[in-house]
Amino acid sequence: MEQIPILKVGRCLLVSIQIDMHDKLAMALQDDLTQKLVDTRARGVLIDISALDLVDSFIGRMLSNIAAMARVLDAQTVVVGMRPQVAITLVELGLTLTGIHTALDVDKGLALINRLIDDPDGGSGAGGAQ
Amino acid sequence: MGAAVQAERSSTLEVRTSEDVVRVRQEVRNRTAAVGFSLVDQTKFVTAASEIARNTIDHGEGGTVRIEVVAAPGKKGVRLVFEDQGPGIADIKLAMQDGYTTGGGLGMGMPGSKRLSNEFYVESAPGKGTKVTLVRWKST
Repeated sequence: MEQIPILKVGRCLLVSIQIDMHDKLAMALQDDLTQKLVDTRARGVLIDISALDLVDSFIGRMLSNIAAMARVLDAQTVVVGMRPQVAITLVELGLTLTGIHTALDVDKGLALINRLIDDPDGGSGAGGAQ
Repeated sequence: MGAAVQAERSSTLEVRTSEDVVRVRQEVRNRTAAVGFSLVDQTKFVTAASEIARNTIDHGEGGTVRIEVVAAPGKKGVRLVFEDQGPGIADIKLAMQDGYTTGGGLGMGMPGSKRLSNEFYVESAPGKGTKVTLVRWKST
């Protein structure tokens, strides 16, 4: 069965979505990530969507759900690498990606996650609502 | 969608599984790219197609989409016609409101897809299925 790999890097889980996900695969990723957070006691989730040429309401909801579940499990979520045309479309579609922190690339995302882990309330200004 | 609009190339895809939604996205991407849509316009229309395809499955019990390149005097575009034989929409006005949902989703699909299209028509009645038509013209 298709699966999206989840890598543990330091205190963080790293996911890079490289394919056009169908809805069941997106749901499976959500479940896998939640389980892996519990198993590894990771404190952060970094999701790279630089290869995604579309984020529709379903994928947007999946990203928000992952961030909400991670927060309950004492972990911070940062989404990185959104393409400009995807960002433009998301706003026009009406999605706000509530509760998700964002960064431009993986480097900046990891730096943000580490800041958020050390100071969960101090990450404001870097995008995303609480 | 007056009489002056001509459909040039047309293909019809099944919309029944979540894999079908991915295929619809790919086909709309290919068609909009072939017509010469900008990357932003391609992405907008592919996203609109994805939302309505999912509605066809979740609310319409599955159906089909006809994807066609259309031409009108001085412009070219892509038209999508989603049809299902599902329970239909009782109150189309309500379904077009941001945040209204019967399916546990975000309620962004219909109003969001309308914003991402240049033309958007819904024909539906309880027990008669639903037909959603979306058109986006190439920006000049």
